[in-house]
Amino acid sequence: MSNKFIGQSIKRREDKRFITGKGRYTDDIVLPGMLHAHFVRSPYAHARVSSIDLDEAKAMPGVIAIYTGDDLADVNGVPCGWQVNFRDGEAMREPKHPMLIPTGSTAKHVGDAVAVVIAETKDIAIDAAELVMVEWEELPAVAAPADALLPDAPKVHEQFPDNKAFDWTFGNPIEEVDAAMEKAAHITELEFVNQRVVPNAMEPRAYIGSYDETFDKYTLYTSTQNPHLIRLLMCAFVLGIPEHKVRVVGPDVGGGFGSKIYHYTEEALVTWSSKQLGQPVKWTSDRSEAFLTDAHGRDHATKAEMGFDADGNILGLRIKTVANMGAYLSTFAPAVPTYLHGTLLQGLYTTPKINIDMTCVFTHTVAVDAYRGAGRPEATYLLERLMDLAALEMGRDPAELRFQNFIPPFDGVEQPGYQTQVALQYDSGNYEAVLKRGLEMLAYDDFRKEQAEAAKTNKILGVGFSTYVEACGIAPSAVVGSLGARAGLFESAQVRVQPTGKVSVFTGSHSHGQGHETTFVQVVADKLGIPMDDVDLVHGDSDTIAFGMGTYGSRSLAVGGSAIVKSIDKILEKGGKIAAHKLECAEGDLEYAEGKWTVKGTDKSISFGDVALTAYVPHIYPAGLEPGLDFSSFYDPANFTYPFGCHIAVVEVDKETGKVTLKRMIAVDDVGNVINPMIVDGQIHGGLAQGIGQALFEGTIYDENGQLTNGSYMDYCMPRADDLPMFETDRQVTPCPHNPLGVKGAGEAGAIGSTPAVVNAVIDALWSAGHKPKDILMPLTSERVWQAMN
Amino acid sequence: MITYPFDYKRASSIAEAVSMLAGGGKALSGGHSLIPSMKLRLNMPDTLVDVGRIPELKGISMDGDELVIGGGSTHAEIADSQLVKEKLSLFAEGAAHIGDPAVRNRGTIGGSLAHADPSADWPALVLAANATIVVTGSNGERSIPATDFFTGLFSTALHEDELITQVRVPVSAGSKSTYQKFAQPASRYALVGCAIVKQADGQVSVAFSGVSDTPFRDTDVEGNLNSGQEPGPVGRGQSIMSDNFASEKYRVHLASVYLQRALEAVA
Repeated sequence: MSNKFIGQSIKRREDKRFITGKGRYTDDIVLPGMLHAHFVRSPYAHARVSSIDLDEAKAMPGVIAIYTGDDLADVNGVPCGWQVNFRDGEAMREPKHPMLIPTGSTAKHVGDAVAVVIAETKDIAIDAAELVMVEWEELPAVAAPADALLPDAPKVHEQFPDNKAFDWTFGNPIEEVDAAMEKAAHITELEFVNQRVVPNAMEPRAYIGSYDETFDKYTLYTSTQNPHLIRLLMCAFVLGIPEHKVRVVGPDVGGGFGSKIYHYTEEALVTWSSKQLGQPVKWTSDRSEAFLTDAHGRDHATKAEMGFDADGNILGLRIKTVANMGAYLSTFAPAVPTYLHGTLLQGLYTTPKINIDMTCVFTHTVAVDAYRGAGRPEATYLLERLMDLAALEMGRDPAELRFQNFIPPFDGVEQPGYQTQVALQYDSGNYEAVLKRGLEMLAYDDFRKEQAEAAKTNKILGVGFSTYVEACGIAPSAVVGSLGARAGLFESAQVRVQPTGKVSVFTGSHSHGQGHETTFVQVVADKLGIPMDDVDLVHGDSDTIAFGMGTYGSRSLAVGGSAIVKSIDKILEKGGKIAAHKLECAEGDLEYAEGKWTVKGTDKSISFGDVALTAYVPHIYPAGLEPGLDFSSFYDPANFTYPFGCHIAVVEVDKETGKVTLKRMIAVDDVGNVINPMIVDGQIHGGLAQGIGQALFEGTIYDENGQLTNGSYMDYCMPRADDLPMFETDRQVTPCPHNPLGVKGAGEAGAIGSTPAVVNAVIDALWSAGHKPKDILMPLTSERVWQAMN
Repeated sequence: MITYPFDYKRASSIAEAVSMLAGGGKALSGGHSLIPSMKLRLNMPDTLVDVGRIPELKGISMDGDELVIGGGSTHAEIADSQLVKEKLSLFAEGAAHIGDPAVRNRGTIGGSLAHADPSADWPALVLAANATIVVTGSNGERSIPATDFFTGLFSTALHEDELITQVRVPVSAGSKSTYQKFAQPASRYALVGCAIVKQADGQVSVAFSGVSDTPFRDTDVEGNLNSGQEPGPVGRGQSIMSDNFASEKYRVHLASVYLQRALEAVA
């Protein structure tokens, strides 16, 4: 293998079409005879559908069909893909999530659909939808997770009067944690909310269902992160269509951040109605609908306690959290606050006793599911807020307190992986190194002097630390299966060498902005020693690609890339047999480099292209060997991967107004080996912006009726370039010991580490000026920070 | 995407625009407030009268001691105008605060004033500068002092068939001015926008956007300052707004802070 491309910041091949407006997204696709759908949605968070009158709407010219929940009485709802049981063993509650709310039943969040209008144009569909007369009986609603557990809380599903989806305990037995906490010289206690955020992918969700009667075959074009998973869920669980009769295509996808993992009702409905009508049906969400119907992220209300001995060693961690599931269980929602959160509560520390008590509740809000980081940001926020607060309370330096409690370095090769108290075994880590580097970049001593000076003025300064570890490359099927996943989490790859030596790579990973067409091709070109121009990546079409699991959880390169490497190994092995036959030598006498097999110690060689041609024109060919050079692989990793890092924020706070200005954002991340540094930097930058967004700007605001009061960009504040400083990033490299590329994953790191760093920095600034808040509710708006000082 | 059909007419003169408006049209200038509201169907005019290409609405010039700004001047044209910078730097400074470059390149002073968003920047600027809004309608031309122009939330003294043709502002030598703005982080409209003009004799005029549901001159504060006293509380008697970004109490506090900052800037 050469290293011509791996490790190089090669410009993304896909960017030419993206930045020249030539990307091909679902909404760009126009099929002959295509109809347009528009949904009639509940304006109330909780309301009974008393009656629906369609007469006037149906009479409108151009309206082809209007369906209500009554038309879909025999069709299943969309399923949940992960099962978590109550701590007493009862299975989690899975209320039906119908595509349309039938008459007599209740809409359970604003935006819950009651009817769909299908018309010749989108304009007509919208006009007719306004003529659909729904008689609503408005009912009381509950939006905040803790409120859902109050005795007189409105019930989301009548059959589950306590509003609980499930409860769950994890870690060491609570008695052991209680005993450890009793020995503590100091307990830091923090109550906080990890607020609900809206993913806000740039491309809204869009679907086209198309049924072809001639071949009795459906095609679904969908803006998704995982076409095969959508096909499986929709065919097997919702519509009952044989899977081989459905092709799911995910064309270019403009961002997802998790929100496009899940199978949504609209996907199944356009597919179903295309069969009813014999014409393709398209639906594209508008931005207002996206705020109301895309799965949201986070939404935990937590009380956490961390106990320390007199020397500052962590003795125990005790947590009670209520997590919001929304009105229904979305595809992976139950996994997020449990197995993607509880399992990360070891953090980077040697905490000997850990227990989390989690209650997951239904509310009259749109469903919550994985959002960039998915459970790991919530775990990191909890731990890192506690660490900085504990340091302030105990008069310790927050960096020193971390060094004291860090798990010592381990490479997973010479030293074994680290077994946590919360089930996982970390693969490799060197936590001191990233914090040391971060402190160097910060120039910590100088900063504290500057801070002391600033504390005398109206513009005070603060620094916040966050050191994180996350579990990526999701992951070993057997492990996730034992934790309740109803799917395997491997990845597929096929490497097809064409007769001329050009290579097509088919991957089950599906880019929604990650740059797979570049990174994956760098790997293939290097492994085969051929130019990148000779390799193309194909993804996103269930008819051409073996069953794959898609892209989320920073898994594409670690799992999907590893599957590709497995296929390349098979190509080279078979190619070696052909080469040995052609060169009349033993296979063991050959070495492969620079795109050719050479007989060791001679100048006799045969190129990759010649071997490829021979494989397809097998005139002079090893006896018994099949023709062709084309291999598929499935890769199921041995473990998750565990990237880690250190994020440090420096903020200035205007004491008169409470306005926070982020002055510096330092990020030292260790994501294992790096294939394309520029793409990794881009991922880190985007993640930082998103994490900072949660700390300072973003967050849903529901009123007492369950109405989202900030469902537009005039009200819901997304971070913008001028809100952010130039990021200061650096990397350390601790390779993953268990996958062939040594990579760990970089997609979520930025969003995981940055949020607590920013909040900690604001708290630190206020403490420097004599105010001592333990917490300020995110997002840290000027008013909230001002209130903390007044 | 605007999802309903409507008529579009383009006026080539003020007279033509007025006659089109009298026929029941809605004036379209930069469109940065109107078009988004049409996309959401919050506003569904049957006819748009495009006044964006009327030469008479363009141009910035001096007329005696008054700066005359055509109603169709974009925020960017005002922010970048050398004449405005020399004669009325308040307007150049304030216009530069509006939105982002795309908004400033399309949006116009006339369109913004007619829309009368209480959190827009122009209202505080024209109030503090003692501007006159010149409008033309079926009944001819009339001049409305800025202090009479804003009548409530998104409401003005403008009649439906009237078009803002000019904004005329008295320019006096030796005056100082500033616009201090605390932007709402999502929309970048003013949570508090404080405009102050201080004449050579020390007399000040003080106006606020974003604070009350109607932009206002704070005559109590002006009275106190002009008689040599501390400014006192801001917004007395006003209907102070409250939203997700600022409660009534915090808004009034911010207004006081920004008033102080504005006073320091013109000290």
